[in-house]
Amino acid sequence: MEVLLNNLDSFGSGLRLTVALALTSFSGALAIGLVIAAFRVSPVPPLRAAGAFYVETIRNIPPLVLLLVFYFGFPDIGIVYSEFVSAALILAIYTAAFVGEAIRAGINTVSRGQAEAARAIGLTFTQTLGLVVMPQALRSVVPPLGNLFIALVKNTSLASVISVAELTFISKRLITSTAQGLLVFLGTAIAYLILTLPAGWVIGRIEQKVSIRR
Amino acid sequence: MSRTRAVLLSMLLCLGLIAGACASDDPEVEGTNGPDAQEAPEFAEDTTMAAIQQRGTLNVGTKFDQNLFGLKNPITGNIEGFDVEIAKIIAQAIFGGTIEDAGEKVEFTETVSAVREAEIQKGSVDMIVATYTINDTRKGLVDFAGPYFVAGQDIMVAKDNDTIKSVTDLNGKKVCSVQGSTSLKNVQEQAPQADVSISFERYTDCADALKAGRVDAVTTDNVILLGLVKDNPDDFKVVENTFTSEPYGIGITKGDQAFRDFLNDTLEEAYENGSWEEAFDSTVGQAGVEAPEPPAVDRYSSTGEASPAPDPSASTSPDASPSASASPTT
Repeated sequence: MEVLLNNLDSFGSGLRLTVALALTSFSGALAIGLVIAAFRVSPVPPLRAAGAFYVETIRNIPPLVLLLVFYFGFPDIGIVYSEFVSAALILAIYTAAFVGEAIRAGINTVSRGQAEAARAIGLTFTQTLGLVVMPQALRSVVPPLGNLFIALVKNTSLASVISVAELTFISKRLITSTAQGLLVFLGTAIAYLILTLPAGWVIGRIEQKVSIRR
Repeated sequence: MSRTRAVLLSMLLCLGLIAGACASDDPEVEGTNGPDAQEAPEFAEDTTMAAIQQRGTLNVGTKFDQNLFGLKNPITGNIEGFDVEIAKIIAQAIFGGTIEDAGEKVEFTETVSAVREAEIQKGSVDMIVATYTINDTRKGLVDFAGPYFVAGQDIMVAKDNDTIKSVTDLNGKKVCSVQGSTSLKNVQEQAPQADVSISFERYTDCADALKAGRVDAVTTDNVILLGLVKDNPDDFKVVENTFTSEPYGIGITKGDQAFRDFLNDTLEEAYENGSWEEAFDSTVGQAGVEAPEPPAVDRYSSTGEASPAPDPSASTSPDASPSASASPTT
């Protein structure tokens, strides 16, 4: 127990970095995911193909492999980013594939009549999507996006392999210096719960708040 | 056919000439009769050397996964490296003949770090030559001849780096090592301002980070670094300025004084006649390292009990790292 209490500051710094990583990459994932979803429902065939290609490549490769390729492989072709940026970028790109699919599913729940009516009053495709379809679609995708956020928080632990000093990295370092694997990893698991359980609650609140009362 | 006949003929002629200078420039003849070949020595009965000679094979434990020292070649299946060459030098001293002939009589067994003392105590090997750091704990369990090499923690930098020349130059620089290694601790002690925030699970990852310019240096035992340089000779170099000391010795059964003296004599002879340097050049030297001065052998007095105060003559190992047992190479 002392191992945990004596190292609360290390855990704290790891926790902060995990939060920073999760928030940065989730914002990125939402931005990229929206674009991907728009591509996938776009009337332009090349854009649809590009969207499908992105989703099918990225979501079918393990995120650890993406991270290792980007961090260790890309420097060979001159692309070098710092540990944190590499991790945030790859987590955003990876999660964006799932976000895109979730949003596309949301778009499909909006009845055809909505889009037809929007076109009938003269809105362009972008206006239709942005003003009519998306506001309705996004409401229905809050629960799946919440799932993706929680998955992302857990995936940040992958950044430990490229030396980002987040929770998992900190605990691995503590274990090598204290040799108390069980305690330290239990502490780490609790630290992740401290992040993800409230996140689940917040997601529930958001869902209630944005739901359309019928 | 005609070649064999020619050799036979020349041998007959040689026999005919009683005091004739029977020089032959045939390489085959030189191979068995040349300056490298040695007479098989006579050993007193009941010595380990005599037993090995009679048995016809020298059983040696070594590493199979340590590049440059003891590595099982994945293609040929041969065990190669400096430790292997040292074992062959010992074999030559026991069996005579050339180093190649003697090498045939060595039987290698894989001994990973954790089993070395046990293998010696069981008697399943005659000796262990396996990047085996001599330290006081181990001296209580086995005896050591040598050291025949002093490894130490060193620094690997990019080939064109001229600013990092010693451990103190690492202050303010990004240094990579493996998570939880003693190498990391050593560098923190000797260069407190070094940035050691980047660490991975494997040294090859550190090498990648160095290649990508993410870190300025990689530090661990020079043996590991030399292996990395060998794989990337155009990108990396080792500073060759060690700041810890790990004397590698030959482990044998505790209390076998005659065998230990024989091994120490053989090592000293190998230092003298250049075969030690030859062994070094053909193995570790392949990574682009000049052969150092061979270390003085340490004829510490072995007692039945755990060894007393360390021999002051052990100057080659001033800080024979107490952490050695946790080091990945030892």
